[in-house]
Amino acid sequence: MPDQLLQQLADGLLIGLMYSLIAIGLTLIWGVMNIVNFAHGEFLMLGMFTSFWLFTLYGIDPIFSIPICFVSMFIMGMLIYRFIVSKVMKGPILAQLVVTFGVSIFISNLAVYFWTPDFRLLPSTILHGTWQIGGIALSIPKVAASVGSVIASGCMFFFLQRTRTGKAILATEMDREAALLMGINTERINSLSFGIGTALVGVAGAFLSTYYYVYPQVGGLFGTIAFCVVALGGFGSIEGAFIAGILVGLAQTLGGFFFDPSYKYAIVFMIYLITIWIKPQGLMGW
Amino acid sequence: MASKNCTRVLFITVSLLLILVFSVSAQSQQKVIKIGAVYPLTGNIASTGLDCKRGVDLAVDIINGKYDLDLPLAKSAGLPNLGGAKIEIVYADTKGDAKNGMSEAERLITSEKVVAMIGAYQSAVTKTASQMTERLKIPYVCSDSSSPTLTERGFRYFFRVSPHDDIFARDQFQFLKDLEKKTGQAVHNVAVLYENTEFGSNAGKAYRKYAAEFGYKVVADITYPASATDVTSEVGKLIVSKPDVLMHASYITDAILFTRTFKEMGFQPKGIMTMAGYIEPGYLAAVKADGNYIIVRSTFALDLAKKKPLVAKVNELFRKKYGIDMSENAARSFMAPFVLAEAINRAKSTAPEAIVKALQDTNIPGNQTIYPWEGIKFDPQSHQNIYARGTLVQILNQEYVTIWPFDSASKQVVWPFPAWEGRK
Repeated sequence: MPDQLLQQLADGLLIGLMYSLIAIGLTLIWGVMNIVNFAHGEFLMLGMFTSFWLFTLYGIDPIFSIPICFVSMFIMGMLIYRFIVSKVMKGPILAQLVVTFGVSIFISNLAVYFWTPDFRLLPSTILHGTWQIGGIALSIPKVAASVGSVIASGCMFFFLQRTRTGKAILATEMDREAALLMGINTERINSLSFGIGTALVGVAGAFLSTYYYVYPQVGGLFGTIAFCVVALGGFGSIEGAFIAGILVGLAQTLGGFFFDPSYKYAIVFMIYLITIWIKPQGLMGW
Repeated sequence: MASKNCTRVLFITVSLLLILVFSVSAQSQQKVIKIGAVYPLTGNIASTGLDCKRGVDLAVDIINGKYDLDLPLAKSAGLPNLGGAKIEIVYADTKGDAKNGMSEAERLITSEKVVAMIGAYQSAVTKTASQMTERLKIPYVCSDSSSPTLTERGFRYFFRVSPHDDIFARDQFQFLKDLEKKTGQAVHNVAVLYENTEFGSNAGKAYRKYAAEFGYKVVADITYPASATDVTSEVGKLIVSKPDVLMHASYITDAILFTRTFKEMGFQPKGIMTMAGYIEPGYLAAVKADGNYIIVRSTFALDLAKKKPLVAKVNELFRKKYGIDMSENAARSFMAPFVLAEAINRAKSTAPEAIVKALQDTNIPGNQTIYPWEGIKFDPQSHQNIYARGTLVQILNQEYVTIWPFDSASKQVVWPFPAWEGRK
């Protein structure tokens, strides 16, 4: 029993860090542009498929395809922003809301068309197997993904706080009009943020593909949780998303273990409801 | 005056149009018989829906064409009693959602004018879709949903060809008893694990019922949401409860996730006995050798061909059409069109009441099916096929091999479940 408690804690932390990594991109886009990116889960799916095909066709291990995922998803994010999202930014609120929803349906159906709805698992990659530490088993790919999540979040934090572009992004997030008056090219910031947000979820996809199966609808599951994480952490807050991801992961495993597993998501959403009741802007929101 | 004329012209035009429409549909009814099919063609379990569709499409090919097979209506082209009328399946996508099952069934009946319905794989969806067909008085033949409650509702228009989970659950406990008798390896307690929709919760109920009846202790009773991203807590609970045997009712995504987590966390009972998800074609493709030694309930396995040459012939056609072997899903969905077409042919009519009456008299002998059954004959009350039986298959070398009942087994069961470590 104590072993299992530690096991659940460890797994909650590992899956939670994965949620953090997925949610950081979403919260960035949300914070800067004030739009809900419903296609976030689908970008995750594309990241997973990129990593899957790079391995299957060219034998590139997911660990090495992470930079490729980052760059290709960054470019794709920028393009989607330029040609689709930016067109409706000046339109009515409803159009902004619906556009990413349309993109998400388009991408997931395109994926079904090209890759069939089958489930695919990567065979043993460099990261595989488990570590037995004491009585608990730690999945190596999950540990690697968690380390990746911490590094990526750290880099993101550093980028936003210490670099000129990062500060410009933060400024835009806080007050778009003022940022514009200060000479920040907010249009450029928008497309950059959309690109970075998409690239980050692409990296999450590459990590996730080392232990989770890939299929065209996989985005739906993780996308929903990412929304919850972002809302819990506070819209637009990177630190908030990071902490909230871990909280959600722990709530899910411990809640499922001590109560009934069929209520584990109910527990997650209950924590969210209680949090916004006390602090409507989320844990770290302003 | 002018308006009166106008009304008259309008009236005549409309009547002429109506006559035209009705005569066309009367004509086409003789040539094509439309049957509606609801399946999850997109969404989380789209791969399963497409697999079911393959079985249905092949069945329709055989009914509409001439084949030298011992299946109902195979040797004639179309339905001979209706002037060689052809069957046409009109598909609708449920996306795996019970709401859509109901609305799509309604659309198929009211706007596509289908005369009967088949589908929907997921029991929860079949449940709502068949509520609609019952209300609109359209016959529904289901050969791929297994929740026992479906045939406990006393519906007049609903018929089920395949066995249900109550039969399957009983089989699994019977297997444990048979195993003990044969090898002396006793099992004392079981853990039951099931997803929380219509299918899983009723399978769980059946597991509990038969555990009590056969005298096994249930040490863990765990329900979970099928669309989970992580199942550590479920497996953690299982490990703590230390069961001899795990009984698991799942869909495919959760089956894959659980298999990975069992291995990762080293969950090691004497046997893992399962339903549904573990026999999907996508399952082994995803988990590969990690699926070995898991036991699944089944109505069909390719090794049945040893005793039933028809199975090999049908699989040959399946391979030719799709390039893959027939799976259990495809094989189950395969039968419903035959049962319906055979009944419609006997009824010599597509009127719903006539079809229902013919279905009540259905008596297809076992050698005209691809399953190890005595035949197809519906119980007059519940409309469940009284001959439907399950078998158990075990995954050996990444293939499904019949291991129970012992007299139709093609290989001996591997028991207990070999340790995860030391496997390749």
